[in-house]
Amino acid sequence: MLKARIIPCLDVDKGRVVKGVNFVDLVDAGDPVEQAKVYDLAGADELCFLDITASSEERDTIFDVVSQTAEQCFMPLTVGGGVRSLGDIRKLLLAGADKVTINTAAIHNPDFVQEAALKFGSQCIVVAIDAKSKDAKFEVFTHGGRNETGIEAIEWAKRMTDFGAGEILVTSMDRDGTKSGFNIELTKAISDAVAVPVIASGGVGTLEHMVEGIRDANASAVLAASIFHFGVYSIEEVKTYMDAAGVAVRRAESA
Amino acid sequence: MLKKTPVIIDYGSGNIRSVVKSFEHVNGGQVLSTNDPLELEGASHIVLPGVGAFADCKAGLKAFPGLVDALIEQVVGEKKPFLGICVGMQLMATLGREHGETAGFDWIRGNVVKLKPDNINLKIPHMGWNELVFHKTTHPVLSGLGSTPHAYFVHSYCFEAVNVEHVLASVEYGGLITAIVGRDNLIGTQFHPEKSQHFGLDLIKQFLTWDGTQ
Repeated sequence: MLKARIIPCLDVDKGRVVKGVNFVDLVDAGDPVEQAKVYDLAGADELCFLDITASSEERDTIFDVVSQTAEQCFMPLTVGGGVRSLGDIRKLLLAGADKVTINTAAIHNPDFVQEAALKFGSQCIVVAIDAKSKDAKFEVFTHGGRNETGIEAIEWAKRMTDFGAGEILVTSMDRDGTKSGFNIELTKAISDAVAVPVIASGGVGTLEHMVEGIRDANASAVLAASIFHFGVYSIEEVKTYMDAAGVAVRRAESA
Repeated sequence: MLKKTPVIIDYGSGNIRSVVKSFEHVNGGQVLSTNDPLELEGASHIVLPGVGAFADCKAGLKAFPGLVDALIEQVVGEKKPFLGICVGMQLMATLGREHGETAGFDWIRGNVVKLKPDNINLKIPHMGWNELVFHKTTHPVLSGLGSTPHAYFVHSYCFEAVNVEHVLASVEYGGLITAIVGRDNLIGTQFHPEKSQHFGLDLIKQFLTWDGTQ
């Protein structure tokens, strides 16, 4: 059977990991390639790089990071942050990314998602939705939850899959960084509304939260940053716990 | 060890770099990716990757004059070991039913049809790690890869082979779906060995030591 995916997410700024684990045996903890190798060995099911570089001049560093990582890690690699054009996507895919996440650019120009899916295939287009509760609804926000868009999140998710998104990454801005668990209501509403897989993100603080993301929110994958970054839990601990809780996961192979 | 020269057919489809890198990793950097029909002649092994839609991939291949003919010559005529990956595997079928009907190579009789899991809660595409069920573990490319390894899948269409003997492995996703097809010098994986960590690299390694006989 298909297994729930556990996806660590690394924040990368100017080619350096800014929020990463202080693995004791790493010579350079800021090197995204070193971090990726650790996660690869640890049995992560996918890896996500989020490029948080603010200036466009320095954005090219992410292509090198992706390229070097893909030389050594033979696992699915998703890259997000600042993806605005077909040219950006092409460069990331050529560097070795398997999927890209599109966020703000989709809101500015929804047709971009359709063009990207037609050009590169739905399998590599992930639409990221940052949503917040507002007036008993969920609204799409941009810029880390600062800018409202007036767009209702569940309708937006449906529209994006109609446009060819192959996967939806749902981040609850209410929960992000709170360690109080995923927003189950939001994630489940989107997962139940679309045919494509949904990744739950934002708010993981405990192992039970990871279970809830799959079991209660119907997500196909759970993405987490802090709990891995700060070494609170290892991939193996997460998988052992989820397995015991009845969520099928892929255990690291002995080979 | 004899130097192998695997050729990966680059016809502009999807994640060619990932496939090339995985073969370079396994084969000490020795890999050629090309769309030049003449270069297929020097190939020890031929790999056809592919992501996206069946019809688009077929059209992409046909866009290079002489490429399909050279592929058929080397794979059917010369019987060189052939590996199809994802849509590259699906193209081995008789017919693809994605975006209308498109003829495949008809190397393994069967059709490529939309996934219809018997559980409506299952998502399409079938995306992620699934556990292989081998039907034929004695195949030279598949022997010793573990009894139930996991492989990484991303697809919405699947291969329905006419002859069950040609299905070498399946996975469970609202019913059994084809994961590996093969006969004679041909093998194809619905999953992505280049993204399937150790298991995938081991499979590639065994493919490269295979002489195409059973």
